[in-house]
Amino acid sequence: MSEVSKEIKVIVFRLQNEEYGVPIDYIGSIERMLEITRIPNTPKFIKGVINLRGIVTPVIDLRERFGMETSEYSSRSRMIIVQIDDKEVGMIVDEANDVVDLREDAIETPPEVIGSVDTDYVRGVAKLDDRLLILLNLDRVLSNEEVSQLSAVEK
Amino acid sequence: METNQYLGIFIDESNENLQKVNDGLLDLEKDPTNMEHIEVIFRAAHTLKGMSATMGYEDLTTLTHQMEDVLDLVRNGELAVSAQLLDILLNAVEKLEEMVGDISAGGDGESTIQPILSQLKAIGEIEESADEAVTSTEDGVNGQLTLDSFEETVISQANSEGLHTYQLTIQLTDDCLLKAARVYMVFGILEKEGEVIKSVPSVETLESEEFDHQFDVVFVTSVNEKELKDKIMKVSEIKQVNIQPIKSVNDHEETDNKEMDRTPREQASKEAPNNSDKKRKQSANKTIRVNIDRLDALMNLFEELVIDRGRLEQIASEMEHSDLTETVGRMSRISGDLQSIILTMRMVPIEQVFNRFPRMVRQLARELQKDIQLDIEGAETELDRTVIDEIGDPLVHLIRNSLDHGIEMPEVREKNGKNRQGHVLLKAYHSGNHVYVEISDDGQGINREKVLNKALENQVVTPEQANQLSDRQIDELILASGFSTADEVSDLSGRGVGLDVVKNTIESLGGTIEIASEEGKGTTFTIQLPLTLSIISVMLSTVGSETYAVPLSTIIETAIINQDEIVTIQGQKMMHFKESVIPLIFLREVLDVPDSNNAPDKESVIIVRKGEQVAGLVVDSLIGQQEVVLKNLGNYLTSIFAISGATILGDGEVALIIDTHSLIK
Repeated sequence: MSEVSKEIKVIVFRLQNEEYGVPIDYIGSIERMLEITRIPNTPKFIKGVINLRGIVTPVIDLRERFGMETSEYSSRSRMIIVQIDDKEVGMIVDEANDVVDLREDAIETPPEVIGSVDTDYVRGVAKLDDRLLILLNLDRVLSNEEVSQLSAVEK
Repeated sequence: METNQYLGIFIDESNENLQKVNDGLLDLEKDPTNMEHIEVIFRAAHTLKGMSATMGYEDLTTLTHQMEDVLDLVRNGELAVSAQLLDILLNAVEKLEEMVGDISAGGDGESTIQPILSQLKAIGEIEESADEAVTSTEDGVNGQLTLDSFEETVISQANSEGLHTYQLTIQLTDDCLLKAARVYMVFGILEKEGEVIKSVPSVETLESEEFDHQFDVVFVTSVNEKELKDKIMKVSEIKQVNIQPIKSVNDHEETDNKEMDRTPREQASKEAPNNSDKKRKQSANKTIRVNIDRLDALMNLFEELVIDRGRLEQIASEMEHSDLTETVGRMSRISGDLQSIILTMRMVPIEQVFNRFPRMVRQLARELQKDIQLDIEGAETELDRTVIDEIGDPLVHLIRNSLDHGIEMPEVREKNGKNRQGHVLLKAYHSGNHVYVEISDDGQGINREKVLNKALENQVVTPEQANQLSDRQIDELILASGFSTADEVSDLSGRGVGLDVVKNTIESLGGTIEIASEEGKGTTFTIQLPLTLSIISVMLSTVGSETYAVPLSTIIETAIINQDEIVTIQGQKMMHFKESVIPLIFLREVLDVPDSNNAPDKESVIIVRKGEQVAGLVVDSLIGQQEVVLKNLGNYLTSIFAISGATILGDGEVALIIDTHSLIK
């Protein structure tokens, strides 16, 4: 193996004014907003399910997942369909329009306070010219435990 | 050796062969003198051994080999069929099943086989100790190979059938790199042409390349020497193939013996034509093995089609164009036929589940010291694979229950003027769109007084309720949750879980369970199951702007009631239904629907049941009945309250399916 650090491709999306990234390996597709069917008695951030080409897929609002201010969906809003382990989930984001190459060694461990997201959900941050990219830890963002925990609280 | 691609086939065939051994042993128990059973068992065990050796599962090979040795003794009349022998052999089968199960779960099939192995050895040694020495063959010798008694038997049998037996000495080129691969290819060719009886070094050693450049094989075939040689020489990097015909070495010594043990074999071969006739008839019914994934993919595609069919029907009825309506109508009928064909393709006989019961009953009966005969009817009844996968455990539970609580001890039966032997009948049959499975015993029946007392004690029913219960309702108490308690855990049907688990499982499959019992005469459990789980009929209804589907199987009827027909009793809104008053469940409240029309003049009610309980689901309006494809919500959303799944409607919208069972408490 060469000494040169590996490059990974990352999908960049926007939430409020911050830019986030998810490795492209996890991405199934990026969709425009589809009609959502609400699921009763679930945490607020779970928006419901969509018909993704014949597969019933749950979607979550990433802003609400991170406890950010909510906003109306616009024509730029997107659903990023991610696959992790055996789960497939759509994440609603403000905008998704970029793919960047990132050297693995350019990723740093996150500082204590980073943007508006709990560091639990962050895998690292990367500098990209003058932009700061927050890489998400999808395992944590999409953990089931929280879903059941939260739904228990709300009941 | 790369054997992964054969793993699926190996597992399937191993299970088939194990089942054959199992059935054979049980037949043998009933009819210990019939040599035909032994032959069947022997053949199945032998195939199993060969396959495991090829796949490199050492423990499996060793154990089946030992079994074979014992069976051989029985076959030769040197060992009598005894209960003890059958016990040990059945234990061995169980162990083998466990190991094959481990392999199919991704394990290596290794297990502690030593205890059972020594049991097998011990029972074999009682009658035969001299033979044992022959069994241990020396590895790696050139020239004539030593053969054990079993191999001898196979050879002499082969010779008598006019087959050739050869000893092949195969030499690989000195610079051969992939020795194991070449060995594998050679074995591939050999197995096509005949049967490998023995190889030196052993197959396992060959697979791990722990040999020089030469190996010997004893081979039975119908092909002649030259042809065989040509075929093997086609494999590259083979230097030389030496083929020598083998005459049975012990021919003279064994003549007497053979004369004796030929008698049963001749009987078998006399009956063989019959058998093969039967087989030929069966094989006329041609089958192919299809990977289950492909069937699932086909089903998924068809489900898409069902969704579009729904949409088309909707458009056609809106357009009121006669040609279109007619064409859509025809298409619907064709796709209906297609649906039933696809569904039947996924059907498997319930035999798969029933198969394990004879042995289980035999074992349990022994533990309980009862004399019990299990009869099975309708094992060929077919059910969707998804249902088959789920139905095993509930049936085990019910059968255990019948054995433990239903059938009395032999002495008691005698005293009550019954046959000492108790009977349990397991029966499956089709009727309409359902499959029925019945478990009936001729035991003591349900003691209603006892059940009622226990239900009161465990507060399943109140004393007031108890007075009004019909006999049937009392019987059904044994299925109620909270009825069975941990303090009566017997090792058998107890296990701390009550029959309520059985009821829940069956209901979650969309089925029902009923009990009929007569004291002193016996009890019958009747389970009704849907043919398939993937396409169901539902009643679509709206609540606010949302659409919900209620499975038709739980609906009794629908009704529209006026506000003034709703009565409030102890804070609970109720309505009159037939002779009783039933609770109302307002979906707009339970499901927290935002823009629902609160308290209109008239309410639409779907009356649903869960066992004996009845309740009314209040919705805004009813759309109609439709066949829909059941989809799950994925692995992210698990156990959502009151929702059992989703479906995609004709217009592409997702509708949720209401889990009525969780709504009725």
